[in-house]
Amino acid sequence: MHQLTLAEIARGLADKSFSSEELTRTLLARIHQLDPQLNSFISVTEELALSQARAADARRANGEAGALLGAPIAHKDLFCTQGIRTSCGSKMLDNFKAPYDATVVAKLAEAGMVTLGKTNMDEFAMGSANESSHYGPVKNPWNLEHVPGGSSGGSAAAVAARLLPASTGTDTGGSIRQPAALTNLTGLKPTYGRVSRWGMIAYASSLDQGGPLARTAEDCALLLQGMAGFDAKDSTCIDEPVGDYSANLNASLQGLRIGLPKEYFGAGLDPRIADLVQASVRELEKLGAVVKEISLPNMQHAIPAYYVIAPAEASSNLSRFDGVRYGYRCENPKDLTDLYKRSRGEGFGAEVQRRIMVGAYALSAGYYDAYYLQAQKIRRLIKNDFMAAFNDVDVILGPTTPNPAWKIGAKNNDPIAAYLEDVYTITANLAGLPGLSMPAGFVEGLPVGVQLLAPYFQEGRLLNVAHRYQQVTDWHTRAPNGF
Amino acid sequence: MALERCDVEKIAHLARLGLNDADLPRTTDALNSILALVDQMQAVDTTGIEPLAHPLEASQRLRADVVTETNHRDSYQAIAPATENGLYLVPKVIE
Repeated sequence: MHQLTLAEIARGLADKSFSSEELTRTLLARIHQLDPQLNSFISVTEELALSQARAADARRANGEAGALLGAPIAHKDLFCTQGIRTSCGSKMLDNFKAPYDATVVAKLAEAGMVTLGKTNMDEFAMGSANESSHYGPVKNPWNLEHVPGGSSGGSAAAVAARLLPASTGTDTGGSIRQPAALTNLTGLKPTYGRVSRWGMIAYASSLDQGGPLARTAEDCALLLQGMAGFDAKDSTCIDEPVGDYSANLNASLQGLRIGLPKEYFGAGLDPRIADLVQASVRELEKLGAVVKEISLPNMQHAIPAYYVIAPAEASSNLSRFDGVRYGYRCENPKDLTDLYKRSRGEGFGAEVQRRIMVGAYALSAGYYDAYYLQAQKIRRLIKNDFMAAFNDVDVILGPTTPNPAWKIGAKNNDPIAAYLEDVYTITANLAGLPGLSMPAGFVEGLPVGVQLLAPYFQEGRLLNVAHRYQQVTDWHTRAPNGF
Repeated sequence: MALERCDVEKIAHLARLGLNDADLPRTTDALNSILALVDQMQAVDTTGIEPLAHPLEASQRLRADVVTETNHRDSYQAIAPATENGLYLVPKVIE
């Protein structure tokens, strides 16, 4: 039962091959049995899951239907869950039980999804390896000595290991797409503003976006359908109708114009990954797509601009963690300043502290124009590159990451080396565009992802291309040994 | 321009982060390597380019000035480190 995709589960529940409670019990047992090897969950919500499963079965017995009714999900531990620890992977929030549900959590619960637990993540979503979590690193099920990517590393590892069919993640610089690539999943970062950020603990508010991680594009479509939509509680959410993401999955790719940015295939890319990306392009050509080389000349400036904008916004967002209203408070503060400084010094890990300080520096008097404003101007240049490219092509394709998953600890002493792994994903966040990563092969037993980018609100197009690709390839069906 | 230890102490104070003295050299090195990466931006010609704050250029919506929220004081204070009589407790501020 644990091998089933969301779409297969929907059919099984509809034709009464099994109940949601049976499925839930099977997966909970599997989590208890296998997750000690992976550390992909921070909290397993067994009681909540069983009560939601029974409620879903009752709704179905009363004639209700729905693709997500009774299907399992796990939420990255930065989505607020009422009465349940929402740690953000940090000591700062180890004792934090959210007083309300995030909009995404509430919407999926209303659709009848069963929450199995909260997944491990880089602390405050700052990382690409899931090594900065207060709860310890997550292991990649494809090789337990390697990282699963990050920051949604727990969400990815759990789904890749068949502990459950799908999970939620968030993507600020690649945190859905990169772990999806490194664990052989399909992961989608929607257009900025497509999915509500309300109740999603903020890292960099102008970049953060929630989205689905699953094994197939078909499942991502089902999950995105439940997540997307306008929410008045998120002031940056866009009031734009939500399409039917499953309706056009099978649309023909005849004449689809795919752009390959020459900057994505330059120095730094593992040549074995380049070969697999080219092989995926040939498959899409067989399906009728036409390929064209394009240029995104400002791509090289994306990482420097990101490491101003994201830390600047983080330094502002994370100022709320002050040891006064919720979260960690130091012992015996001698005055208010000591309370703030020690609560934050003891509650935040090293990477979070680094980014807060970079942000505080970039925003400080005398530096704002040279850093923050310059970064926002580069952001427009990057967006302009994409707008020009989309005049000529329908989607942009390239590698999701320059390298496969690295060994746990390999980049610990060099934060910059880890930052550079996000070179292909960060531009979509800066421009606010939707992006998807899909499985495209293996290098030395480790998964490789191909990234697709589309114009604003064309998530359906990305899912269509990935789905058609997954009809003629079987990379996405491969499971790691032992899982 | 590389940051010195005293610069890092000042930034940490501005951000209200209590750093261990022992960590300062390593933190200073890390911040300098991040700023060196970031400084690559300075070579980009952005003359005449408007800064981009929201990818879709959306502005903040306004809503009618009516009460939409109920009082959640009890549930919010239930998760606070220290409260008394509906107030958050902090160390004495005024002697």
